[in-house]
Formats: sequence, structure tokens, C-alpha cells
Amino acid sequence: MLTRRIIACLDVDGGRVVKGTRFVDLRDAGDPAELARAHARAGADEIVFLDITATHEARGILIETVRRTARELFVPLTVGGGIRTLEDASAVFEAGCDKVSINSAAVKDPRLITQIAERFGSQAAIVAIDAKRMETPIDEEQWRVYVAGGRIPTERCVLAWAREAEARGAGEILLTSMDRDGTGRGFDCELTAAVAQAVSIPVIASGGAGTVEHFLDVFRQGKADAALAASIFHFGIHDIGELKQRIAAGGVPMRWPC
Amino acid sequence: MISIVNYQASNIRSVKKALDYLGLEAEVTMDPQAVRRADKVLLPGVGHFAATGRLEQTGLRDAIREAVERGTPFLGICVGLQWIFEQSEEAPETPGLGLFPGSCRRFPAGAKVPHVGWNSLEMVAPSRLLAGVEPGAFVYFTHSYRAPVCPQTVATTEYEGAFTAAVERDNVFGVQFHPEKSGEVGLTILRNFGALKC
Repeated sequence: MLTRRIIACLDVDGGRVVKGTRFVDLRDAGDPAELARAHARAGADEIVFLDITATHEARGILIETVRRTARELFVPLTVGGGIRTLEDASAVFEAGCDKVSINSAAVKDPRLITQIAERFGSQAAIVAIDAKRMETPIDEEQWRVYVAGGRIPTERCVLAWAREAEARGAGEILLTSMDRDGTGRGFDCELTAAVAQAVSIPVIASGGAGTVEHFLDVFRQGKADAALAASIFHFGIHDIGELKQRIAAGGVPMRWPC
Repeated sequence: MISIVNYQASNIRSVKKALDYLGLEAEVTMDPQAVRRADKVLLPGVGHFAATGRLEQTGLRDAIREAVERGTPFLGICVGLQWIFEQSEEAPETPGLGLFPGSCRRFPAGAKVPHVGWNSLEMVAPSRLLAGVEPGAFVYFTHSYRAPVCPQTVATTEYEGAFTAAVERDNVFGVQFHPEKSGEVGLTILRNFGALKC
């Protein structure tokens, strides 16, 4: 049976992890390669590096970090953040990542999705969408697409954009609820289910997890194919393995033991 | 020396990396002569079946066929497995090698496609490639087309019906999933391939 995935997300700045899915006994700030391997050993189904480095010259450090991480990591590795062109994407693929996640650049020029899909395959092209609920729906759509790390609203509606991303060749949607992100109140299951229904490609839910039950909710009610674990430090559990065991005990298929 | 056949599939590097990690000597090559000389041949693949057309144009198809006929162990991964069959409806004008019967088809309409993620293996026949892999073990898939279950199928996976996850006959092996992305289980499979004596 196809299992639902738990994806560990690590924020990387200047070649160091600055925020990630924390272990009780492992300090967060650390070496990305080492932390990625530790998460994979603990049961993470995939690893995402979110590059939060703002400066252009630091891209070289990221490439080197991806190369070092990919060398001994044998689960899928996605790199997101700051990928603006096909050349940016090529450089991180060249370094050994399996998928890239593009967000603002795809909104600015949706042809980038197709370019990446044609060169590296749709399975390698993830479109990340930052979604925020609107006060008044437009064309019966309730959520608006934001870019630039959630700072700038666009004219696009989430469901329509997700459909367009799929049509242009995206292989997966990484969906973040800005309303829930950082709140610990749970994933936005309504948003996730709406997007999962709108497209036929897998949807990765992100933003709002605060308890193990929230993961169960987003898999059951939210119809998510995967969930991003940005931080599990405060859930009172030890690691991703324990998270997966508890989700599996709740009846959602997980890769466990692994 | 394992020849990793380079026809510009995008997972070549990750396959090479996994073999390096296991200490298996491997070279990425586009040279048909290198494929003919190789102790083992590995055909990676992720992406579009039409890309395998390059094997024909570059003379690699004949080199692989000759190597297989001489008994050289051959492993196809993902599209590399599909290519061992007769054809794929993804690119009907591009013939497969035709060692195993049947053609690869897209998952049925209404299914979530691609089939992405970790799914389990059901062992249906003894396998040298899958030695040491427990029934029900999870491996990582990402594909939109699938090979039919055939007499050479050694493991199946369930997604909108059963399809071939692994095939094996004599020196010819194929896996639909990505052993290079399937954690310890995947490394076991690549280690088995490296240790084959044919």
C-alpha cells in the first residue's frame, strides 16, 4: 500500500541548519549533511532543504552543501528557496538533489515549471504555494497566492494556480497555509482537501502542526499525500520515527519500520 | 566494472553515488564498446520513455543486447525496467528491448498520478536481486506508467491494481522503484546486484 509521507524540512542559511525538525537530544543548529542523515535514519521519508540565504554569493555555499549532503543520503532530497531560473535549478540538480521546489519565480514566469519538467522530468518539479484565506472570495475561491516568503499578495487564486501548475508540468504541490503557519493550531485541512481535490498530482501539506493528531487530521480530512514536519520539538515526542509510529497507530499507512 | 549507461536520464548521478558509497566500481558511459566490455550493465532512468530512443541512435541498444546475450548481468531502473518490455504507451513509436512480454501502460484515469512515494513489495517468486529484502519492505517510486505482471515478475506492488515492481530472468533484472533512493532496502538491492556472479 502506498504510504503517506513525512518530510523533514531544514532551513539552511550560509551552509548551516538554522531551524529544523528538532530532536530532543540533537542540537538544531548544525551541519545540514549530518542532520539530513540523522533524520533519514530516524524515519524521514524525504528531506527538504529550504535555502533562506538572501545573498547571491551564498548560492555557492548552498551548492556545496547539497553536494556534501547528497553524497551519503539515500532518500529523496528537495531543494527550495531562491531558485529563479533553469540555471539555478540545474546547479542544484548537478549537485545531487532529486527535486526542486519553486515558488515566487513560478508565479512570475510559469514557463519555468515547464522548462524544469522538460529537462529533469515532472517528478523533479515541485511547485510551492503560499496560501492565505481572503476576506471576500473571488470567483468562489477562498484562498489567495502570496509570494516573496508570504510578504506579497498576488492576483492569483490558489486552486486555479494549483491546476495551472499541474497543467504546466508540476509533479507535486507543496502547500503552505499562511493562516496556520507557526500557530501550532493544526494544518488547514479545508485548504489542503480543496487543493488535493483540484489536482491529480500529490499534495504536500505544510504549516500549523502542533500535535501528532494534527498529522492524522491532515491525512484523513485534508487528503494530503505527505506532510512537512518543520518542527516536532514541542510535540512531546522524541523523533520522526515516533511521530510515524503514532500516526500509523491512528490508521494512516506509514513507512514504518523502515 | 559496472557500466552505467548514460542516455541523459536524470538519475544517473544518484545511481553512481550509491554505487560509490557501496564501494562498487562503476563508470558512467555513452560508449557502446565500454558497455560490451563491462562486467555488469546498469540502465538508470527517470522521465520520459521517448528518451530511450537515444539508445538506438547511439548504438547503445545493440551493445546492451549483445552484452545481455553473452550473459552479462543487466539491471534496468524505472524507465530502464520499462525498456526491457516490448513498448510503452508513453512513446509507442519507441520500441523497448522486448525481452519480457507486454507493454507499459499509464495508471488508469482517476488515479493520482504520478505514483509518488514509498510503497511495499509483495514477493511473488524467488529472486537473487531481492535476497535479504523482507516481504512488505518499502521502496521509493515515482512514475506514471507501469509494466504488466508477467511470468518473469518476482515482486509486485499495489497501486490501482498490481504492477511489476521487479522482474528477473537469468542475468536480466529490472526494478520499477528507485533503489538509489530507497534507504537501506535499496542499498541491499544494489549490493546484491554488485555481488552477482553470472
